[in-house]
Amino acid sequence: MTADAGPNLPPLSLHVPEPKFRPGDTVDFAAVDVPPAGMQPRPDTAADPRDFHDLAYTLVRVLDGAGQAVGPWNPRLSPDTLRRMLRDMALVRAFDERMFRAQRQGKTSFYMKCTGEEAVAIAAAHALSRDDMCFPSYRQQGLLIARGYALERMMNQIYSNSADELHGKQLPIMYSSKDDGFFSISGNLATQYPQAVGWAMASAAKGDTRIAATWCGEGSTAEGDFHSALTFATVYKAPVIFNVVNNQWAISSFSGFAGAEATTFAARALGYGIAGLRVDGNDALAVYAATQWAAERARTNQGPTLIEHFTYRAEGHSTSDDPTQYRSAGEPTAWPLGDPIARLKDYLVAIGEWDEDRHAAQDRELAEQVKAAQKNAEKNGILGHGLHQPLDTLFDGVFEDMPWHLKEQRQMMLDEEAASGRPWARK
Amino acid sequence: MGAQVMSEDVMDAGTGKLGAEAGGTTRMNMIQAINSALDVMMDRDPDVLVMGEDVGYFGGVFRATAGLQAKYGKTRVFDTPITEIGIIGVAIGMGAYGMRPVPEIQFADYIYPALDQLVSEAARLRYRSAGQFTAPLTVRSPFGGGIFGGQTHSQSPEGIFTHVSGIKTVIPSTPHDAKGLLIASIEDNDPVIFFEPKRIYNGPFDGHWDRPSKNWSAHPGGEVPDGYYRIELGKAAIVRPGEAVTILAYGTMVHVVLATVDEMGVDAEIIDLRTLVPLDIDTIEQSVRKTGRCMVVHEATRTSGFGAELVSLVQERCFYALEAPIERVTGFDTPYPHSLEWAYFPGPVRIGQALKKILKD
Repeated sequence: MTADAGPNLPPLSLHVPEPKFRPGDTVDFAAVDVPPAGMQPRPDTAADPRDFHDLAYTLVRVLDGAGQAVGPWNPRLSPDTLRRMLRDMALVRAFDERMFRAQRQGKTSFYMKCTGEEAVAIAAAHALSRDDMCFPSYRQQGLLIARGYALERMMNQIYSNSADELHGKQLPIMYSSKDDGFFSISGNLATQYPQAVGWAMASAAKGDTRIAATWCGEGSTAEGDFHSALTFATVYKAPVIFNVVNNQWAISSFSGFAGAEATTFAARALGYGIAGLRVDGNDALAVYAATQWAAERARTNQGPTLIEHFTYRAEGHSTSDDPTQYRSAGEPTAWPLGDPIARLKDYLVAIGEWDEDRHAAQDRELAEQVKAAQKNAEKNGILGHGLHQPLDTLFDGVFEDMPWHLKEQRQMMLDEEAASGRPWARK
Repeated sequence: MGAQVMSEDVMDAGTGKLGAEAGGTTRMNMIQAINSALDVMMDRDPDVLVMGEDVGYFGGVFRATAGLQAKYGKTRVFDTPITEIGIIGVAIGMGAYGMRPVPEIQFADYIYPALDQLVSEAARLRYRSAGQFTAPLTVRSPFGGGIFGGQTHSQSPEGIFTHVSGIKTVIPSTPHDAKGLLIASIEDNDPVIFFEPKRIYNGPFDGHWDRPSKNWSAHPGGEVPDGYYRIELGKAAIVRPGEAVTILAYGTMVHVVLATVDEMGVDAEIIDLRTLVPLDIDTIEQSVRKTGRCMVVHEATRTSGFGAELVSLVQERCFYALEAPIERVTGFDTPYPHSLEWAYFPGPVRIGQALKKILKD
């Protein structure tokens, strides 16, 4: 660069992305490209990822607007399976409603809903084998529910109560259940991505048949862990499914801050030579079909697949968030891909396998089921009512065996409690 | 439990025999001893695997994994992409599956990208999952300077890891200890950071950079049992008994301190900590109560270094036994320099001046 070149060049400008709509704006999602259902080809699961790059830029869709399931991605599920998926999705929503309210009532410190994104976890759980290993982020509670994990156990964890299997050590909703193939959720973003690859590599190295699946939000695809994971996965052809849940918002940052203005998240896969699919995330059948396809690739040593689930976070990031502060209140209802539960229900009704009365009755039944579970869980205590774990368990599990310095600190804590007159009511 | 002398360390947990009886000993440098530990553990446990940059066919830039891929195959000893986040994250996932990975970070200076995976994941997994998932990794990494490695091949970041709850930090100072400690680390069900003082890979170092280097052939710590043996984590070694002052050191500095003390004719008791977390506090306390003086030595930068923790512990526990202020000898709070390496390094002069000061009264 020469000193006198500057004046003859146009000044540089810095582009800072800005979402289309802010609070008060009228929402028009006409710019969101929604291709017709059934138009996207379904490649053979043994095909080379280079041969279907287009699938990373479109939307794989099965449910059309007329209540029909169409095209080569239609998984042709039995009505029983469809009804089970619908029920699980409705159960997640009922659970979320109840637990959100419990947090507002002061019964716990924190909760996160997945409203509008139920299909992403539920349909995937139905398409995976029961013993495939999931490395979720914090918005895939649907995986546990679809695998039949008792609601009461989830609530015990949310309440950090005396029956909490994580002994009150982890933030509410950061579940862990090894027996259900559900890895311990971290609050740090995308750390589970390379871990899922490692699990999948171990499974392959051992000649196992199980595969791994992992989930992160579109915002955390910016983390180095995401890119490290994709590199490892392509290098070793790891039997893993990467799910990017593109719900448009990372707390208050719209997807543009993760690169969505320039390309799709499914296209992230292409540079790594990984199969990339972009899927209508509010279409349970498309999510099921994509997961099933990716699982078959993984199980036949064709390597990893990345699935972008194009969806919308219909509510706040968490109970600590107020989305009306940064986005238009009209967005959730204007979202062009609709509601995942309503869409699956409409399909079942259209094929004569379901009706509105049964649906309303099921909603009432699920609400009762959640309420009953909550009643039982609250017998074990709620966070707001003192401590439920013996104090000295604070030091358990730092290491397998407790070293002297932790024993000393534990005694210090117990002495403190004695000096304080034992103010904490607990079991 | 107090410190153990070397001959007691080489007990085979399985046979109860001493290492020498169990299968003889061989003269090894520290690289060969580490290689032998990996070989022994891969042979004993099919879930042990080795991964890292250049560790496979080539056998590692320091040759620590030489021959292992040929012996155990590519799915148990493999090269990795150059991403430390990935190396540690993948190792955690493999641990969750049931493997016992021994990832190598090529230089400790490169470990920082993996900090989130180490601190927020490996170190916290047992706690946050109430024991459902654990991270039984042993992260091997050459560390420390004295090799003209400049600021990116010389750092001593042990203090970063000793500050993290849920992780153990181990640093050997001889080939014999390196093998026994590495085996115990691999068998440990918690994550272990295993820092290898690369200045003494090939021989003990007296701190005099301008003198001919030595190898391990004449050092008792170079006599290494061929088979399996453990040196329990959390057990220090008294490498030189003495009465005048207690010196706490680890890694390369054990040898620099030893040589300096001998040259000065000081009757110091030198304790090689071997494990920083969990620390062998009993051995430290007993020694300081006996000598009434304490000096801590490390090569790492001074502020918030592990020496600060040692000084705190000694004054908390032995204050009334102390006859002089505790001395702290460290590297300086600068990046590790290249050309001025020996001005940075806490060598015989810096150690000697501190010794004179602490012994004055």
